[in-house]
Amino acid sequence: MRGQRNTQIIAFLILIALVIAAPGMLYPVFVMKVLCFALFACAFNLLIGYVGLLSFGHAAFFGLGAYVTAWTAKNWGLTPEVAILLGGVSGAALGTVFGGLAIRRHGLYFAMITLALAQMVYFFCVEAPFTGGEDGIQQVPRGKLFGVFSLANDMSIYWLVAAIFLIGFFLLNRAVHSPFGQVLKAIRENEPRATSLGYRIDSYKLIAFILSTFIAGIAGGTKSLVFGIATLTDVHWSMSGEVVLMTLLGGLGTVFGPVMGALVVTAMENYLAPFGAWVTVTQGLIFIACVLAFRRGIIGEIGARLKLAL
Amino acid sequence: MFSIFGVPAPLLFGQLLLGLINGGFYAMLSLGLAVIFGMLNIINFAHGAMFMMGAFVAWMLLNYLGINYWFALPLAPLIVGVFGFVLEKTIISRLYKLDHLYGLLLTFGLALVLEGLFRNGYGSSGMPYQIPALLGGAVNLGFMFLPIYRGWVIVVALVVCIATWMLIEKTKLGSLLRAATENPALVQAFGVNVPRLVTLTFAGGVALAAFAGVLAAPIYSVNPNMGSNFINTVFAVVVIGGMGSIFGAIVSGFGLGVIEGLTKVFYPQASDTVIFVVMVLVLLTRPAGLFGKAA
Amino acid sequence: MTISRRALLGATAAGAIMPVITAPWAPAARAATSVVRIGVLNDQSGPYRDVSGLNSVVCVKQAIQDFGAANKGLTVEVLSADHQNKPDVGAGIARQWFDRDGVDMIIDVPTSSVGLAVASVCREKNRAYINVGAGTAELTGAQCAATTIHWAYDTWMLAHSTGGATVKAGGDTWYFLTADYVFGHDLDRETSGFVTAAGGKVLGHSTYPFPSTTDFSSFLLQAQATGAKVLGLANAGADTVNSIKQAHEFGLTGKTRIAALLMFITDVHALGLATAQGLVLTESFYWNMNEKTRAFAMRIKEKTPNNMPNMVQAGCYAGTIHYLKAIADMGVAAAKASGAAAIARMKAMPTEDDAFGTCHIREDGRVLVPAYLFEVKTPAESKEPWDYYKLLVTTPGNEAFRPLADGHCPLVHA
Repeated sequence: MRGQRNTQIIAFLILIALVIAAPGMLYPVFVMKVLCFALFACAFNLLIGYVGLLSFGHAAFFGLGAYVTAWTAKNWGLTPEVAILLGGVSGAALGTVFGGLAIRRHGLYFAMITLALAQMVYFFCVEAPFTGGEDGIQQVPRGKLFGVFSLANDMSIYWLVAAIFLIGFFLLNRAVHSPFGQVLKAIRENEPRATSLGYRIDSYKLIAFILSTFIAGIAGGTKSLVFGIATLTDVHWSMSGEVVLMTLLGGLGTVFGPVMGALVVTAMENYLAPFGAWVTVTQGLIFIACVLAFRRGIIGEIGARLKLAL
Repeated sequence: MFSIFGVPAPLLFGQLLLGLINGGFYAMLSLGLAVIFGMLNIINFAHGAMFMMGAFVAWMLLNYLGINYWFALPLAPLIVGVFGFVLEKTIISRLYKLDHLYGLLLTFGLALVLEGLFRNGYGSSGMPYQIPALLGGAVNLGFMFLPIYRGWVIVVALVVCIATWMLIEKTKLGSLLRAATENPALVQAFGVNVPRLVTLTFAGGVALAAFAGVLAAPIYSVNPNMGSNFINTVFAVVVIGGMGSIFGAIVSGFGLGVIEGLTKVFYPQASDTVIFVVMVLVLLTRPAGLFGKAA
Repeated sequence: MTISRRALLGATAAGAIMPVITAPWAPAARAATSVVRIGVLNDQSGPYRDVSGLNSVVCVKQAIQDFGAANKGLTVEVLSADHQNKPDVGAGIARQWFDRDGVDMIIDVPTSSVGLAVASVCREKNRAYINVGAGTAELTGAQCAATTIHWAYDTWMLAHSTGGATVKAGGDTWYFLTADYVFGHDLDRETSGFVTAAGGKVLGHSTYPFPSTTDFSSFLLQAQATGAKVLGLANAGADTVNSIKQAHEFGLTGKTRIAALLMFITDVHALGLATAQGLVLTESFYWNMNEKTRAFAMRIKEKTPNNMPNMVQAGCYAGTIHYLKAIADMGVAAAKASGAAAIARMKAMPTEDDAFGTCHIREDGRVLVPAYLFEVKTPAESKEPWDYYKLLVTTPGNEAFRPLADGHCPLVHA
């Protein structure tokens, strides 16, 4: 156990080093996009990897976070940290409602009910005037952090994004390794037994769901500030599919898997953009390869080879 | 002319009939999904792609080989069915021991690949496919002007649905299928080739989707995206009907077609979303769907 | 000790993978040379793939060749990408092109929402932007920019030409079939304005979910029930094709005129003349207008045998030619330094190319191409492949577009 913890700490330190070094080697806006999606995927992974709940509607929370942050930053002139926090809170508020409705259903029915609820959010976003419909909310100002530091420069906002990502990542990690996280894993492995041990599993699941949606909202809000735009893409069901892809590719239930998955998927989208429809073909092939050949995902496979819990 | 909720009655009747026609497509597609789910425990996300392939094969038969609609109607499902057969043998059969999730993800990937390939090959504007001459024209029903082809669709859809239901509920083969779903080991012990049965079921379910695709070709343009437009709705239909329930798939297919049709009159923007509203309501009150057995 | 060795192993493994996966984005050493880079950003996999897509790229390359860039000492590179009709994807690619790849000008960008998102990135980064594929008149209206030029058409021009002509021909009662997104609403609102101004009446609208609707029969029936003389299609691409096809099926075409407010020759081709005959539509380019357009179209068709250029693709050609002309005139260094300066130079000179002839660019960025109202031929009238249109009315460029004052473009008062 101690060995595992040490490994994780070292890996975590490496991650921090990479986040700090990345903008020097790579295009910062690209890295920020990866970090936002990585945070989103980590939030999603909390549910599927540690509670065994497949949410097929996580785009709703991500998208709502993006819209709320963008709207408040643009129209109320809120400072970025407050706007992003509001994005997270609105994600969590929606998560509380959806979680309350969906949490008692299992497996596929849970997936379907979250999908259906997310479709309603999508519809709301298409019709509601404040979202700007198809155009989305454009020209969102990045603003000044705490009202002081201007974020207009790519590098200055980069440090904010990096900090948000690392804090969110650390928070999720703490949750997973806490006694609370142990109960979650017990629920995933054997729900009736967890019940018989006296745990109120519905409350545990709901809290995990709310935490996950809060972080998803934060991730969405951050992305909308980086790109200055919040659109229907963020709430569309294909976004929910994409986060499943990232997590699966990186490794379900691994700590670093979703980050790796987000990196690969985002990179692939960027790199394949000139090839048009081949993007979908490649994505599809990766799905198939993942399921057939390496179900543990990239990090999961590496971890298994090296006998490490990454 | 009397009216209901401010909508003239004849218009409303027309919408009901159109809803039933769309419901026919939903029913045929969800039927295949339900059969596959019941037998293989696979949620076939590639079902929409199979529907699209059915339409494309019909189009290819006509344009490359000069084979018309009437021959395409049995031929295209056969060809796509063979494709399904190969697919099951090579890929799908590896999934049976795994969680549902993996089946869903794999078939989702499959759908992306197939749609992407057709889009690369044929663009996305869609190809024209004419209505066969015999079914051209329209009849005046008094309350609406019904194209004969649409009438044909509804009749064929009903026949196919009833035939499939009969096949599974009333025949020897059907009872074997149902038995193999409940307890494959036991059925195998009786000397039935269960893996063969499973492969044929998958091919059959896929062929049903392709058949619906051929029926749809003259109405919608033959388009790589035609399946993905349908697939979410069809999933909702299957879930509402109760996963794996044949009867449920048929009833909720037609029922949701009608509900959707009525929404198009009163609040057209929501005609996509209404099905999901129904789905949430159903799942909250009846967790296993309308006709499903509780897990 | 063993533990830290394992950790080290893990670290090496993770470290080894990162550069492999990300290698393509490692800063490519691009010297600040005099190479001009043009980025073609459009839909290459979705509903507008055939309207713009790779054929636009072909047209841009043809323009570089026809301009004789190599002989004039200009080195021009073309990049292209798929924006998937998502504003965030489009804006992201644009940023990356400017920041990393040294792109100087972006062209095409269909889909109004993406078009507007990319416009604001170009303004922010001071790079030239020639929009051809998007419909929204906002590009030269409230959201106009000193870096933007809008080429082939916009919603105002379509509504004015097709809508106006249809009302004049006696179609004074309308029912709209409207795609539920900004472009659809714009087209609906603007056409409704022309219809009512001309003394006509709008009897109703059906606003349907976009892009997932394939069955329009229900809305067609509602249109029929109102007895409107004209069915206005405020949609585009595959939706337009499907609604026309189904209108035929339900026998609407006998009594009702169909006004397809945005339709391209590629859509007519997809419908087939048997169904499309008699439709009235507006484009600003038709391959068979004159010697020059024919010659241009044939050069393109050699490279894309299954397609004829439409007004968007021709606009990409013309836009590139004009941009290169301006650059050659002002010097590459100056053009690369400021997109606004390059655009200003383009506005200062008249355009001249095989596709649109000679036109003028207004100060709000609007290219004043003439709008042609066409009627689709019957199968009997069509003598050769792609022989689809007969010309009804030509609206000269200075009347075809929204008057400068009505656009409220901030540049105009400045």
